[in-house]
Amino acid sequence: MSGVVMPPAPKPVPPGFEPAFFPKRMGGAAAGGAGEPRTRIVVVGHVDHGKSTLIGRLLADTDSLPEGKLEAVEKACREEGMPFEHAFLLDALLEEQAQNITIDTTRIEFRHGGRAFQIIDAPGHREFIKNMVTGAAAADEAILMIDAQEGLKEQTRRHGLLLSLLGVARVIVAVNKMDLVGWKEARFRELEKEIREYLGGLKISPREVIPISAREGSQVKARDGKNLGWFRGPTLLEALLAGAPGGSQGGDAQGPLRFTVQDVYRFDERRVIAGRIESGTLRPGDTVLFFPDRKSSRIKTIEAWGEPEAVRELGPGRAAAVTLEEQIFVERGHVGSHQEHPPVESREVRARIFWLDTEPLRLQAPVQLRLATQSVEARLVAIERVVDAEKLEQKSGAREEVGRFEVAEVRLRCRRPLVYDAHDRVESLGRFALQQGPRLGGGGIVLEAEYPRSLAKAVTGEHLTWTEGRVSQEARAAHFGHEGAVIWLTGLSGSGKSTLAVALESLLFRRGIASMILDGDNLRHGLCADLGFSLEDRAENIRRAGEMAKLMAESGLVVISSLISPLRKERQAVRTACQAAGVNYSEVFVNAPLKECEKRDPRGLYRKARAGEIKGFTGIDSPYEEPERPDLVLHTDREKVEGSVGHLLQHVLGLVRLKEEDRESAEGPGGQI
Amino acid sequence: MSYLQTLEDQSIYIFREAFANFKNMAMPWSMGKDSNTLIWLAKKAFAGKIPFPLVHIDTTYEFPEMLAFREWARKHYEIDLIVIVNEEARKRGVGYETHDPVTVTHELKSLALQQALAKYQWDALITGIRRDEDSTRAKERYFSPRTADNEWEYRDQPPEFWGQFTTAVKPGEHVRVQPLLDWTELDVWEYVRREGIPVPKMYFAENGRRYRSLGCWPITKSVESRVNTIEGIIEELKSTKTAERAGRAQDHHERNAMQKLRAKGFL
Repeated sequence: MSGVVMPPAPKPVPPGFEPAFFPKRMGGAAAGGAGEPRTRIVVVGHVDHGKSTLIGRLLADTDSLPEGKLEAVEKACREEGMPFEHAFLLDALLEEQAQNITIDTTRIEFRHGGRAFQIIDAPGHREFIKNMVTGAAAADEAILMIDAQEGLKEQTRRHGLLLSLLGVARVIVAVNKMDLVGWKEARFRELEKEIREYLGGLKISPREVIPISAREGSQVKARDGKNLGWFRGPTLLEALLAGAPGGSQGGDAQGPLRFTVQDVYRFDERRVIAGRIESGTLRPGDTVLFFPDRKSSRIKTIEAWGEPEAVRELGPGRAAAVTLEEQIFVERGHVGSHQEHPPVESREVRARIFWLDTEPLRLQAPVQLRLATQSVEARLVAIERVVDAEKLEQKSGAREEVGRFEVAEVRLRCRRPLVYDAHDRVESLGRFALQQGPRLGGGGIVLEAEYPRSLAKAVTGEHLTWTEGRVSQEARAAHFGHEGAVIWLTGLSGSGKSTLAVALESLLFRRGIASMILDGDNLRHGLCADLGFSLEDRAENIRRAGEMAKLMAESGLVVISSLISPLRKERQAVRTACQAAGVNYSEVFVNAPLKECEKRDPRGLYRKARAGEIKGFTGIDSPYEEPERPDLVLHTDREKVEGSVGHLLQHVLGLVRLKEEDRESAEGPGGQI
Repeated sequence: MSYLQTLEDQSIYIFREAFANFKNMAMPWSMGKDSNTLIWLAKKAFAGKIPFPLVHIDTTYEFPEMLAFREWARKHYEIDLIVIVNEEARKRGVGYETHDPVTVTHELKSLALQQALAKYQWDALITGIRRDEDSTRAKERYFSPRTADNEWEYRDQPPEFWGQFTTAVKPGEHVRVQPLLDWTELDVWEYVRREGIPVPKMYFAENGRRYRSLGCWPITKSVESRVNTIEGIIEELKSTKTAERAGRAQDHHERNAMQKLRAKGFL
């Protein structure tokens, strides 16, 4: 241990010394600033297909390396007895050089043609996909590397699939190591065709497919007329320059307003709502509706510290801090929107997800869903299909879980209503992360959203108010010890709906769960006594039954509805209404073939229908549309009543039962406003 | 929207996410250009008030001009400033006169911070590090968890995307929150110019030399320069190929010094 050669100690400052330099302000936010936009590039592809070599080559060819870096790496290589490679320029960590694999996303800048490019080196090793996701999610453009010798490999496809999920639409394909295939055009064209077909299946159309040799420096910066004279397209750097620079992360300024609330500050007399404009434009004086409460208020001011002049509008991507005219309740997680084009508010989300965690994501297991600043507990209620990266086809067989590095189309159900958009409508409100434990485990994009035709609960007029009780659904659930729900049994006459409903009701009741059957025939004795059996009347019958069931479930009951409800459209309307109200809804398909139902014919109705005594009988001369995505299917022809009832009971308990910690932490009735 | 504006908005978003998710956070503050940019961004994020304390780790080898700046800023910005010194190490005689720079930096900065973490129980620290400073910093996350031993597990970092960060910590652990991660040295100076952010005078040339990066006086070298305006600094940066921290001896003392320092809790 030894000290340094000490320079002379600095002198004390003279009295009255002014320590700060005040630069002349160049206009603040209004000036924008001279910062040059840069394009963020992610380099992906299979392990050893030459990603790090390409980046090293780009840095060296554009003269973007810090002084001495090249020499230092060359020296290190000599010391370790290894031949120099461009890839080592990036691999600053010793162990990376030892393994010859880039461990983590690195960000390196280079300048070319008056533009700045920021390269995010995404590794290709299977274990490191989470880093690739981190890198690619921030990228404007992707370079997908393919080894001309090896062709498309597992990671080539998997990365392509992830790029489409992460929303990186701009892709350049570099077919690398052309020197190793004798610079042959035929090989290049073969790979070009294959990759274009694969990416086309993901709705990605690559901007360019370019043959290169990163090691030899061919077609990266310089053209290689000798070996690649047959190629008429651009060099890789020319292709990069042709793309528009990125930089703005925001969405569409003309799009629907989405103001996500991060926090509410009361550090002084002001009450400042802080957040970010994800889409659309916000101006003082705008009337903004905050979801999920749908309370509205006008924007009084935009608070901008350090700006001498009042800010008149904020567009997508901008940090926002506002004060409101009317002091309504707003908190973190709320989303502000104009009256027109509101977001969806629902407890159910249909999404395409990717999973990164070593622990698989299991059906019905709780997972934290984080969308913008919302964080809600959700459960995977259905795995519709698991996408095979190799063939982009469905993997066979019913699935109980989504495993590591798998991509799947699923349905998630949240404990509280979630405010969101379809991914293709408002990108940042249509994507979310999933978390099991302390770290992010995966993410997904919202495939579809049922936008409401009108805002039933919106406070649209100055003197109109929505009367809201003081008892929240959570408080009600804590009081009863379970949540309310609508269990919608659908199936042919004679399939066993009534039998199951009666059994379920008493089993739930014995477990202390308040439940009630809503029977189609019974409703027609009262609430629906004015309705006949025309198509319109049948639709109205379902609508009323659905509204009734929703209200009863909101009051805390588990409602078991037993109606044939033959049409998908009508069942979907009930589902949407329930979800918008934050009510658990589960569609149970009581599935028995017509032949079996007709054989049972408990009330002799089929016999009468066949004889023409009853007209428009479902299954005989009126259609029954089977559910496309039921939450549960009960095959009452294959299993005994006890078996079906058992399945149904487990399903319902999983839906409405509170977890122990919720029971302890939830406040009593009236506690939450 | 200009790129500088994108950076500002993103940093503000990160500040607010940190404040909303952590109960007890603090911001180490070294008085340099990055630190002053952070104060500026925090003022913007929180509508003029900085709702958490700033921490200066005083190695006792600070330039007097910087200490003067510290006292000026404390009043000017109305900040709650905590000054910490590793008194125990100084009593043991740890110093540049007798020890190598890696040891001194570890003892007087990293361990001092660790002692303060234990005392104040901060669950998040806002840092001013940038990816362009050093290749190990290039691997950082916006929200980067540290173990209870204050170590950085750079081999196994959590994924981070779409503005969703790692916000859960176990007792004793903390998260480094890094709002300037995507900024470059040039971005910082251009932002200082755009906003008119006060910075220490030592960045500007006197007698033909100026400081590009500021640390402990025994190991921080000035560079030859006549630049005495922000515009001049920006022009100089655009033409230089010398690394920013070239004047900071502890980084270069041995191979991988930075990696070793950072894995053990150095900012």
